[in-house]
Amino acid sequence: MEPQPDGLIAVVKQDCPTCTLVEPVLQQIGKAECSLTVYTQDSPAFPSGVTTVIDDTALEHSFRMNIEAVPTLLRFENGKPAARAIGWHRGEWEAVSGLENLGTDLPETRPGCGSKSVEPGIAERLAVQFGDSKLSSRRVEVGDLEDEMEACFERGWTDGLPVVPPTEERVLRMLEGTRRKPDDLVGIVPPNNNTCNVEKVAINAVMAGCRPEYLPVVLAAVEAVLMEEFGMHGLLATTFFAGPMVVVNGPVARQIGMNARINALGQGNRANATIGRALQLVIRNVGGGIPGGVDRAMLGNPGKYTFCFAEREDDSPWESLAVERGFASDTSTVSLFAASGVTPIMDQASRDPDALCRSFAACLRANGHPKHANTSPPVLVVSPEHTQRFKHAGWSKTRFRETLNNYLEIPVEELVTGAGDIPEGISMDRVVDRKTMPKFRAGTLHIVRAGGDAGLFSAIIGSWGGTESVSREITS
Amino acid sequence: MSGPRVLLDPTSEQRPVQRERVSRPASLEGLTIGLLDISKNRGDVFLDRVESHLTERGLTVNRYRKPTFTRPAPVELQQQIATECDVVVEGLAD
Repeated sequence: MEPQPDGLIAVVKQDCPTCTLVEPVLQQIGKAECSLTVYTQDSPAFPSGVTTVIDDTALEHSFRMNIEAVPTLLRFENGKPAARAIGWHRGEWEAVSGLENLGTDLPETRPGCGSKSVEPGIAERLAVQFGDSKLSSRRVEVGDLEDEMEACFERGWTDGLPVVPPTEERVLRMLEGTRRKPDDLVGIVPPNNNTCNVEKVAINAVMAGCRPEYLPVVLAAVEAVLMEEFGMHGLLATTFFAGPMVVVNGPVARQIGMNARINALGQGNRANATIGRALQLVIRNVGGGIPGGVDRAMLGNPGKYTFCFAEREDDSPWESLAVERGFASDTSTVSLFAASGVTPIMDQASRDPDALCRSFAACLRANGHPKHANTSPPVLVVSPEHTQRFKHAGWSKTRFRETLNNYLEIPVEELVTGAGDIPEGISMDRVVDRKTMPKFRAGTLHIVRAGGDAGLFSAIIGSWGGTESVSREITS
Repeated sequence: MSGPRVLLDPTSEQRPVQRERVSRPASLEGLTIGLLDISKNRGDVFLDRVESHLTERGLTVNRYRKPTFTRPAPVELQQQIATECDVVVEGLAD
C-alpha cells in the first residue's frame, strides 16, 4: 500500500452518531484550503459534500492507521501521523487541523464509536489479511477438493474426534487469551522431547475447541505435566490405564464457567471438556505421543480423550486441595494427576462419620488390587452429600484424612503373597517386623470435593505408580 | 475469503507436509495380489492375462469387480480388498 500523503485524514462510519454530527465540520475543513481525505468504513456515500472520500469497507486503511474509534482526525507529516484527535473535541480538532471556529454550533465534545476494524472477530481477520504475522508455525494448505475437517484427520492431528481446523485467524483469537508471546517457550514435550511454545499450545487449544479465556489454564496444565516429578513420559509409555487429569481450583473455574457440580466428571461442559482435550492434543501433536507408538496403554481409559474438572469450593466446609497444598484460596491453580478411571463408592446408609470412613476405606482398599500396599495415592472425590455427614459431626478435613489413613493400615497377613490363596501380594521380605502396611504411599490420599447436590456416592480415581501429583498457579 | 485455505501445523514439524506414498514392495513373494476390474470394457481381458502371468509364477491372486466404473468402489468392496490383499492392480482404461 502507498504511504499516506501529507495532510489531514478523517476516518468515519455513517453508523456512528458522532460521525454524522461532525459531517458539517468535515465539509467545513474540506472547503478551507487544506487537503482532506476521508476514509469511510461502511457507506461510501458518507460524508456528503467532501471531495475526497475513499471506500474503506475492506478496513485495510483503518487497520494500518491503528484506528480504534471513529471519528478519528489525523494530520500526516512526512508520511507518518503527527497528530491525532479521537471522537469530537473542538479544541483537539482545531489543534490537529490548524483551523479555527470548527463546528461552532456543535457541542464542545462528543465521544466517538468503536472503529469497525477493532470489532470482535474482525481485528484477527484483518491481522491475517494485512498484518505482519507474528506466528511462526508451518502453514499447511488444504487442497481444493479436501474437506478441512477430514484434512485434520488425514494428517493424524486428532484424537479420533473431529477438531476445529486451526486457521491463523482462530489461533490469533486464541492468543488474545494470554499476555504471553507466541514464541515464549512452554517446555519440552515427551515422548519425542520437542520444544513447545505458546503458539503451539494455542493451535492445539483451538483444535480442542477451547475459548481464548481457557488458554491460561491449558498453558498451566501443559507446564504442570512437564514438571519432572509428574513423569509425563512414563505416564504415556506405561501399559497401565492412566492419562493426565486436571483439577482446577480458585476463581478462574467460576470465571470461565467450569463445572464442579452435576456430572462434574462427565460430559457437557465446554471448559471441562476442551481444557483436558487440549492438553492431550499437545502431547499427541507436539510430543508425538501416539497410541501404539510410545503410548503403550494395554486398554487405556475414556478419560484419555479429556479429563478435567473443578473442585466444588464455594459451599465446602473443608479447605480445598489447592489450599491444602499451600496456595491462597484466591489463587487459581491446576493440579495434575495420573488418572486410571473412575470407581464408584456407594454408601447410602452410614450416617456416622466414622462408619463412613470405614466404608470409604473398604472401597479404597480394592484400588488396583486389595493385596497391594504402599501404592500411588488415588484421588478421592467426596460428594456434597457425603461431605455433609462430616460437616454435621464437626469433622475437619484433617480428621477425616487421619481416620481414613488409620483404616487403610492393612494387616500384613492379608497382604502377603499366597494369602487368600492368591499369589498376587506383598513378598514376605518386605514385611519383616511389620504388623500392618499403609495402602497408599506415605498415607497421603488426594481429597477433592465435587458433584451435584443429590447422591450418596463418592468416587475413587485410581493413579499410576510412576507419578507424583503436581500443582501450578495459573497466570494470565 | 478467497485463496487457498491454510491451517497452522499443530505438530513439531518434523515430518514433511506432503505425505509420502506407501513404498512399493521389493518383491511380490508371499504377498496376496488383488486384481480389480472396474467394469470398463475389456478390462477383464487385460486382467485375465495379468492373472495368468502371476499365477504361473506361483503367486496368490484374488479377483474383484466394481459394479460400475462411473462411481467409486462401494465401501464394503474397499474394505474387503484392504483386508485381503497386500497390493492391488486395477485396469483403468478401455
